[in-house]
Order: sequence, then C-alpha cells, then structure tokens
Amino acid sequence: MANIDRDQLLHVARLARLELREEEVERLGAQLNDILAAVSKVSELDLSDVPPTSHSVPLTNVFRADVVAPSLSPEAALSGAPAAEDQRFRVPRMLDEE
Amino acid sequence: MGDLTRLTAAQTAAVVASGEASAVDVTRAHLERIDAIDASVHAFLHVDVDGALTAAANVDAKRAAGEHLGALAGVPLALKDVLTMNGVPTTCGSKILEGWRPPYDSTVVRKLREADVVIIGKTNMDEFAMGSSTENSAYGVTRNPWDLTRIPGGSSGGSSAAVAGFEAPLAIGTDTGGSIRQPAAVTGIVGVKPTYGAVSRYGLIAFSSSLDQAGPFARTVFDAALLHAAIAGHDPLDSTSIDAAVPDVVAATQHADVRGLRVGVVRELNGAGYDAGVRQRFSEAVDLLAELGASVGEVSCPHFDYAMPAYYLIAPSECSSNLARFDAMRFGLRIGDDGAHSAEEVMALTRAAGFGAEVKRRIMLGTYALSSGYYDAYYGSAQKVRTLITRDFAAAFENFDVLVSPTTPTTAFPIGERTDDPLKMYLADLDTIPSNLAGNAAMSLPCGLSPDDGLPVGFQVMAPAMADDRLYRVGAALEAALNDRWGAPLIDQAPAL
Amino acid sequence: MTTYDDALANFEPVFGLETHVELGTVSKMFCGCSTTFGAAPNTHTCPTCLGLPGSLPVTNAMAIESTIRIGLALHCTIASWCRFARKNYFYPDMPKNFQISQYDEPLCIDGYLDVEINGEVVRVGIERVHLEEDTGKSLHVGGSTGRIHGATHSLVDYNRAGIPLVEIVTKPVPGTGALAPEVARAYVTELRETLRALDVSDVRMEEGSLRCDVNLSLNAIGASEWGTRSETKNVNSLRSVERAVRSEIERQADVLSSGGRVKQETRHFHEDSGLSTSGRSKEQAEDYRYFPEPDLVPIAPSADWVEALRATLPELPFDRRRRLRDEWGISVLDMQSASNAGAVNSIEATVALGVAARDAFKWWMGELARQANERGVEVGELPITPAQVARLVALVDAGTLNDKLARQVLDAVVAGEGDPDAVVAARGLAVVSDDGALGQAIDAAIAADPEVAQKVRDGKIAAAGALVGAVMKATRGQADAARVRELVLERLAPDA
Repeated sequence: MANIDRDQLLHVARLARLELREEEVERLGAQLNDILAAVSKVSELDLSDVPPTSHSVPLTNVFRADVVAPSLSPEAALSGAPAAEDQRFRVPRMLDEE
Repeated sequence: MGDLTRLTAAQTAAVVASGEASAVDVTRAHLERIDAIDASVHAFLHVDVDGALTAAANVDAKRAAGEHLGALAGVPLALKDVLTMNGVPTTCGSKILEGWRPPYDSTVVRKLREADVVIIGKTNMDEFAMGSSTENSAYGVTRNPWDLTRIPGGSSGGSSAAVAGFEAPLAIGTDTGGSIRQPAAVTGIVGVKPTYGAVSRYGLIAFSSSLDQAGPFARTVFDAALLHAAIAGHDPLDSTSIDAAVPDVVAATQHADVRGLRVGVVRELNGAGYDAGVRQRFSEAVDLLAELGASVGEVSCPHFDYAMPAYYLIAPSECSSNLARFDAMRFGLRIGDDGAHSAEEVMALTRAAGFGAEVKRRIMLGTYALSSGYYDAYYGSAQKVRTLITRDFAAAFENFDVLVSPTTPTTAFPIGERTDDPLKMYLADLDTIPSNLAGNAAMSLPCGLSPDDGLPVGFQVMAPAMADDRLYRVGAALEAALNDRWGAPLIDQAPAL
Repeated sequence: MTTYDDALANFEPVFGLETHVELGTVSKMFCGCSTTFGAAPNTHTCPTCLGLPGSLPVTNAMAIESTIRIGLALHCTIASWCRFARKNYFYPDMPKNFQISQYDEPLCIDGYLDVEINGEVVRVGIERVHLEEDTGKSLHVGGSTGRIHGATHSLVDYNRAGIPLVEIVTKPVPGTGALAPEVARAYVTELRETLRALDVSDVRMEEGSLRCDVNLSLNAIGASEWGTRSETKNVNSLRSVERAVRSEIERQADVLSSGGRVKQETRHFHEDSGLSTSGRSKEQAEDYRYFPEPDLVPIAPSADWVEALRATLPELPFDRRRRLRDEWGISVLDMQSASNAGAVNSIEATVALGVAARDAFKWWMGELARQANERGVEVGELPITPAQVARLVALVDAGTLNDKLARQVLDAVVAGEGDPDAVVAARGLAVVSDDGALGQAIDAAIAADPEVAQKVRDGKIAAAGALVGAVMKATRGQADAARVRELVLERLAPDA
C-alpha cells in the first residue's frame, strides 16, 4: 500500500478543508502512515468474490409519502447562524463559481 | 428516606410512583450529588437544572392528578452530549459546536420525555465520539469514579462515570466501535449496544452512520432493560430504523434462566495483550455460566482479526463526510470572517481551530481512503471484510445462542498513558468492534475486580441482530449469580467520592 | 475569427446535454418541507434540509415514481436494485457539504429520445437518469453585477435545498454536423414536452425548474479520437441551448485552428452576448469521493411496480405528433412547424370542435402564429380560444365573413373585444350582400372611373377588377367581392 507523502497530505487536507500548521503536517503524516500500515492488513485477504456490505440492516424501499410537514420557523432555522442578514445566512465571499 | 442517589432506576421509579419521595426531591438529591463530586469527576458538560426540575415537577403533578406514570417516570438520566435536545447546549465534546443550541429534539430525547424520564444534563465525551478514553474532549477529561487518576473509558466516558458515580441511575451513550460497552466495563456498570437500527439515530450527531447506535447505561441489568425498552422502536424519521417489534428485553431479564443455553467463547477475542486479571475474571464468569446450566464451547471467528483494520477504514471514511457540515456557514464556530478571508478560507481556518487532533486524524484518513484511486483498496476492501465478519457471526450463531468475550483487553488505564499513541489507543476496541461491523446486539456487564489492580473487569455478551433479549437473559442470570458470590452488587465496592 | 462554416469544414462536433429537472413534488426529496416557489427566505427549512447535526434523510416516494416514469418515457431500463451515493464537496449553498445523488448505480439507464429535425428523425441516446437533491441559493452582495466577482459577501437561502432534481444525461451525439445546434435545441424541446406530458415538473427554464449544461468537443474530421470536452453552464432558454452549441463550436474551432489546445473546463454562458466565458478549470477536477449513502437503504423497484407505472404513461409527444400528422393529413415539416410554434394543442382542440384540420392549421399557423411571434409568446398563449377560432371558421363557411373580414375579427378577438359574433355585431363587419346597398357603391365606382367602365363595356372583363376593388374599398372590405363582381358585370354588360 502506498505511503502518503507531503504533497498528498496537503492535497487531502485541502479536500477536507483543513488548514494545517507546519508541525501538524509532519506529525499527522507520520501518524497516518502508521495507521495506514495497520489498516492495510485488509489487503491480506482474498476479497475477490466477496460482496461489500454497506448496510448491516437488510431493509430496502424505505420511503415517505409526498406530504408537506411543518418547517422550522426562520428564526429557529437561523438561530445558530454565525451571521445573518435579511433572513438569510450571511457567509464570506465565495471564490469559486459552482 | 435513605440516600436517594443509591437507588436503582427501578427503585427510584417505585418510590416516585408510590409517593414515598417526590420526583423533585429525587432530582434535587442527584443535583446535590453532582455539585458534590463533579468538580472531581467532570462527567457533565452541562447540568440542566431548570429543565430537570421542571420535568420532575411535571411528574409530580401527573402523579397528583392520578395520571398513569411510565416505568421510568421521575428517574434522572444523564445524556451523552452527542444527542440533540431542543434549546439545550450540545457540543459533542468539540470546540466547533461551543454554544450551539439545537432547534430540535432527537427521537431518543422525545421518547425519554414521553416516558417522563428527567434528563438531568449532558455528559462529556471524546470529541465527536472518536476515542476510547474521553481524553479527546475539548472540555477536559472525565475521571473514573473508581480511581480518579484513570480514564472512564470512551467515547461515552461522561455517561458511564455519571452512573458509576451515582450522579444519575441511568445514562444514554452511543456505541460505534465499543463506546458504550468499553466505558461500562472499566467503570463497573452495565452498558448495551442494541441491534443496529433498533434505536433511532434521528438527532444522534453522526460519527459513522452505518455503525452508530445509542444505548443504555445502568447499574443493573434490569434497569438497562427498562431504559432499552423506553428508547427502542421504529422511527419514520430514520430510514435505517428497523420496522419490527422490539424484543421484550424486560421480560427476558425477568426470566433469566441459562440452562441449555449454548455459550460460545470467541477464540480470537482473548489472546496476547490482554491483562491477566481481565482474562482471569472473564474465565471465572464463563465457568459460572456453565455452573448455571449453560453449555459452553469455544468458537473461532477467523476474520475478527481483521475487524480493527476494517473499522479504522470505514468509520473514518464515513466521518470525513459526516463532519463536512461543520464549516462555519450555518451554525457553530466561525473564525477568520474579517472581510479579508473567503468562505473557503474561513471554512479551513475554523475547522483547523475547532477540531482536535484525533478528529483531524480520522478526517484525513477517511478523506484519503475514499479518494480517487484508493477507494477499492481501502474503503471498498473494508466493506468486504465487513461481509466476512458478518458471515463469521452467522456461522457461529448456528451453533451457539450467544458469544462471549472480555469487553476490553485491559482495566482502566491511567489518564495520559496512551494519548501519544493512537494505534495503542485503538486496541481498547478489539473486542467490541466486530459487533458494530455486523450490526448485532452486545452487552457489557461487570464480572469482578481485577486481582492485579482492583479495577472493574467487563464481560461481553453478543447476540444475533434482533435477539437483544438474549443479552438480558444471560446478563441477568450472570449478574444474579455474581451478586450472590460477592454478597452485594460490585458497584458498592467503588470508593466513596 | 473562424466562421461557423469554416469550423464545420474542418471539424465534426460531438455534443452532449445534461439536464436537471426540478420535480413538482409538493415536499422535498428527503424531508417534508414545502417546495412552493417564491416563499420568503428560509421559511421552508428543517434540520434535514439545513443539514443540521443529527438530521437524517427519508426518501420521497413520489420522486422515485416520477423518476421511473421519466426513465420509462425515455425508453430506459429501470434498475432492479440501486442506491443513493454521497457526492462530497464543500460549498456554502450545500448544507451538508455533500450532495445525496447517485453515482455508479443510477435508477434508469440506456434509453433514447427521438427528435425531428427538418423532417428527419435523430435518435439521441440517453446514458442515465438519476435522482439527487438541489442546493440552496446564494445572493452575491457588494459587487456590481450580482455575480461572484467583486462580491464582499453572500446571503444564502436554503428553501431550494433538498428539492428533488432528476438529472438526465445524454450519450455523446456525433454525426449531426452543421445541425448540431438545432438538434441540441430540438432535444431539449422534445424533452421538455415529454416531461410536461408526464406531469412531473412545470419545466420552466426561466424559473430554473429545467436547467441545461452543454458539453461539446470537436473532432478533426476523420479522427478516431475524440477531442477535449468543455462544459457550458447557465444555459437558461431553448435559444441559449442553440447559441451555446454554436458559439462553442466556433470558439473551439478557433482555438484548434490556431494551433492551440482546448482546455477541459467549465464555462459560463451569457444570454446577452450569446458567448461563454471561462469558469473553473476542470483539469484539477474535484475529487468527489463517492460512496454509498449509509443513511439511506437501497431502492429495489419490483417488476410489478414498474409495470404499474408504465401503465400510467400518457401518449408521448413524439407519438402524438405522428398520429395527429396522419389524422390531419399534413406534411412532416408542417407538423414540425406547428410543434415548434407550440400550436399543436390549439389545433387539436379546434379540430375536436368540428373544424377541418386544414382550416384549423391555416388559422393557427398563419395569422395567429404571426401575432404570437410579434408578441414574443407561444401561439397557445394568445388570448383566443379554439372555440373562438372554430366560430370564426363557421362564419366564413356560412359566408357571413370573407377572408379579409375574418382576419379583422380575429385581430379584434385577440385584442380582447369579445367573441367573434360580438365583434361582428359591434363593428358591423358582416359581409354586405344586400344588392341594394351594393348597387349604390357600384354606381359610384362606375361614375368615378368612366374609362375603366367603358373598357368593361367593350369586353375587357378583366378590367372589372379595378371597379370591384374600388367598391371593396368604399365598403371597407365588407362587400361580398364575388357578388360585387357579378353586379358590376351586369351593369356594364354590352347590352345594358
């Protein structure tokens, strides 16, 4: 299994929106590689004919009817907002168009 | 009226129902106990004095009006700070949620309120349920009531310590890799992870969605059964909620006969690295079950050796996604919003400041395991190992009604002993993780104090999914026999605080 | 600048379309919040669609049904077992910073939609149809354009977050050559008509319930490898679909012809200029880290359920147009025009009232289409009903109106003056066929133009036309022209 190098680490941190301090980068890198080595044990097994389990509960087709239920009041919805304006969540300027 | 805090939940409900004590008096007694010892134990992050007294007063009013009271009416309960309660601070042990008051109740809380349980406060936990010692809390450690220099287990350490310290007769925790059972084991009380899907996850702040499950802490198996029955049941707000009758765990507790029951000792869950004292007390308990008429054998579940690696791929992967919502935009901590930083930068700065080291580790690990090119080798493989573990359990349950093991390899280790070694910390979950991966039910109950250090040892019982009642049948039988042997419940031997 | 023709001479365009359709369910995809458009901000939110900690999704059954019906209408195979997946990326309008969508297990796959272009049928392959949830909406504040550039902050409304979205992805469409823009437009048009017939969405592009992304690459003619693909977003009308394809063909051809390399990127289309500008580079593609959604259980539509839904499908627009074309006896191109003008329903309704198809077609596609064009609306949106048109035709058939008068009455009806009969009475527009009244006008015309009158007397019958014209003018077109001609010829007969 691959070792995570510094560039990959920074890439992963960016994907996860985590701003790491330099000393964190080093420490995390070492710890992650240790953990990866340990979890890589799963590759010792022959898994070629084994189906994956994503749910341990054997349910399918769990639905709700298309019916309107009460929403939160806007005050409740915005109650935790770090900033609000005009009944909307105020967020810092975005860089990227999505 | 003697010390109200020394009563079991069942006894508490009885005195309230009979009028011997008011629910308000019961709540006050526990609030006083918290005042007296929680500065040392630090089980609680938030004590809801007003809410608890109001709920208690409500119970008294109902009683006075002749209304029907449920089996747990007036009983104080400590709630792990990972479940939402409308208007009450919920932190998940993290700085990123400091001050956040959810605008809605979790289903577990709704059911507890409907049962007239008095929720006395929110308990400390490893941040976002990641940890085995509660040392990962951003709000300080919780200490084991048996020895204040030691960990109470994790991640539900606060809930476990609260019950073991008589600050409440009942608590709710959550168990993703052992976070109810392991704390119960190291604090000498009963902890249960119900079948996955038995208890609603609506309002349970997610760590690993396919593994998380809320469950009861109590000082007796019967108390745990009462609480289990109160919180279990189908919830239309949770798509993974089982839509079938809850097994009658209370009845099972009252018919605690293990004669003819086939008990399998799992070979892979009792080996090198286990404390001698733990192995001894475990083995004595197994022998006791045999004496009680159970037929005991050994069983091998060969893929259990791969359970830890699989878990430490699945859980971080799911959590890396679940924790993405903590981004400073809609709730919680916000850092760096000074006009100079973009939204993307504020997200990154906030998450860096708001998350602790273990959480960051797991987010990074999970993000990597899911990333392009690595999915098949890591997450994909782990999900397949999960299938093999489920098959191992199924095969074992063909020949045995329950499986048993020590709950955790050691007794409570000292605070600070493993904080620099994540992998060593993860070893505490060796015995508990397989049941999370397979989704079946498991319980830990105290089986003695280690002869080496006098600290509690936990005995784990595992049952197939939907057969939670078997846990209670075996647990109650063993508990009764052990209490006979000890002359009194084990918790009575805990040092006075 | 490369012209379009130059581009097509050297390159072969391959396009694809990704269309997002907001379903018309009353509640959201994973929670019970209302989906009504235009509510005050953040009044239709709850812990689930806000992504609050602890919240969980529960799937809307109607959304599943609608998606299956869309798949069936597009001749897809419906999955017997599939799951939702998490698409992970961070953006402030995404409450959970992942979108519940579908990845490698879509609900419907491998279908097609036939479109008609210049009388030919083009089969557009459908790769997949899947379900996902919509995001919130951001208002960018502080800049001059309301867009992201220059904004100081943004305000987010999550009312839209969680509304069910169906994503329909075509297979790449090669081989359309110069007609690529028209085919793309025809596809979206046909898709919209089909979705409307299914009654699963109000499909209003201007309101955002139907959104298109246009993918385009150019292959060097005869090349085996496909060129680099760009994606153009913000294509908000049918006209924009066509223009986006056209402008992107020209742009890419320009780049390639001058020796450059087409970047794999996302572009933003501008209605006003008809051109697109560069957005995010897709070279550094976001890694979405898809995995099966653990909070939702698999969807396994039974064969019975799918067949029951198949039975609810209406006659599809493509099939209906074929049938009506045959019934009305009109050409493929005429039918296409009628469809493009949005006149088919009106014509059908008029025919149902007993009007000959030919007449119904003539009125709706002639005068009324012209008026609709002038007003910039679809024919069916004009304030005139099939019943009124039917009455008009009846009046012409009865001889009460001639063609010219009928046109005047039509205009008046559209202008809101009332039903045809009311207009005729109010304006006195009925054909004048009373010989007495006509006689006066005829005498006056003859007197006014003695030279022409003499020509007629001398045998030049054709010259009568001028006199008939004069009478028509004098009677403001209300005379029965044929009768006038008869009377003029009688008056000016050689032996009169």
